[in-house]
Amino acid sequence: MMMMNLQDAILELYRKAAAVLASDIEDALRFSYQKEKSTAKHALSVILKNIQLSKKTGRPLCQDTGVPVFFIKVPLGISSLYLKNEIIGATRIATKTIPLRANAVDILTEKNSGDNTGSGFPVFYFEETREKKIIIDLMLKGAGSENIGQLYKLPVEDLKAERDLSGVRKCVIDAVYKAQGKGCPPYIIGVGIGAARDQVTRLSKEQLLRKLGDMNKHKTLSEFEKALLKDINMLGIGPLGLGGNTTALGVKISVNHRHPASYFVDVSISCWADRRARLIWKMES
Amino acid sequence: MNVKTINFPITKNDVLKLEIGDIVSINGRIVTGRDKVHKFLYNEKPLKKQMPVDLEGGILYHCGPIIKKTLKGFKVVAAGPTTSMRVEMYEHKIISEYRLRAVMGKGGMGEQTLNALKKNGCVYFHTIGGAAVYLADRIKKVVDVWKLEEFGMTEAMWVLDVEEFPAIVTMDAHGGSLHEKIEKESYKELRKLIGLKTQRN
Repeated sequence: MMMMNLQDAILELYRKAAAVLASDIEDALRFSYQKEKSTAKHALSVILKNIQLSKKTGRPLCQDTGVPVFFIKVPLGISSLYLKNEIIGATRIATKTIPLRANAVDILTEKNSGDNTGSGFPVFYFEETREKKIIIDLMLKGAGSENIGQLYKLPVEDLKAERDLSGVRKCVIDAVYKAQGKGCPPYIIGVGIGAARDQVTRLSKEQLLRKLGDMNKHKTLSEFEKALLKDINMLGIGPLGLGGNTTALGVKISVNHRHPASYFVDVSISCWADRRARLIWKMES
Repeated sequence: MNVKTINFPITKNDVLKLEIGDIVSINGRIVTGRDKVHKFLYNEKPLKKQMPVDLEGGILYHCGPIIKKTLKGFKVVAAGPTTSMRVEMYEHKIISEYRLRAVMGKGGMGEQTLNALKKNGCVYFHTIGGAAVYLADRIKKVVDVWKLEEFGMTEAMWVLDVEEFPAIVTMDAHGGSLHEKIEKESYKELRKLIGLKTQRN
């Protein structure tokens, strides 16, 4: 019975993620609108109207409702397989009722499954927690911005990027330069640094869940994030790549320990429509 | 703000009046086509009479919409642009073969397309990425659809009538590209930021 309700709650989570942009991002876009000029300002005015319209009507902000990515904190004793099945069930219903665009395409047959489920679709990341509640973070990751992410292996000679934070800085700026306006800026940028390729891509994507005002708990990284945002906004790419001072709204960085021989830096980029929503499900005691 | 009204279909003369930076408002018939439509038109070269709509003088919109089938017919839920660069390898040929006067999408396109715009008298409109609900509401009618079964809803060719659909000219028929300009400027800035000399002009 409880799990039946959980499925409804996940459906609501989908609805919120798809149609209601987080207020911190909306505020940042509004601020950017004040500052920008000419065509970029015109584009931002349409974006702001769209945010209101989709909130009011419950229709998805963007027709690309992306790949659903779940970051889940599971209390001890709760089966992650069980949760996964509940979410897959909710995904099928959400696709039909919200509706979401069916985005899961079979590589071999080119057939679209029609319901956003398939092999490795949605994406799940589980982590066990001692807390007595399930925390489900959902990100609807659009493909336009997913396609412009970059993985770097330091050192990178072309950029004179060595194995230190100064090298990381060069990679992040390079990634945004390469992205230009192709992934719908102003961007939110997640950076993950560590020893293993698979680990840093997850870490960088997870950073996109953080609120823009969220302070990094490491002082060095917190300052690094602010400085990088300033640097990126010097590039002049601007809203939707039309030119201007707002190329990014935020930079979020996280680090793991690395191997002496490895220094991987992954840059995950989100479009302005960084669609994230959280469900906290309290367990009955 | 000066907005130019464009009523499709348009002529070469209409196209030549447009320049990068122009803000436009589009009326008339538009046709969607993204990855699969481009691959198909490029490789299979279907004849005009095999298609539900004549693309001559028309506009091809890079868009994979969400469309709901209701008892009253198709209802457009969300219909913003997709990244145009993915069809760069096909577009130049499709522009000349089907005599398009405009393509529309987001993020801009490359050199091959820019040359084709100049050669054929065609223009690139940049519409508003992520503004899918607002743009869907500018679509007044779903006229027809082609390849729905074969390609699916996202990839099918939708024939739509629009009113006051907003866009910006970012690549014109005179060889101008706002994307090229911004890329060049940002390259200089990149080299400055990372402390390296600019290697190209």
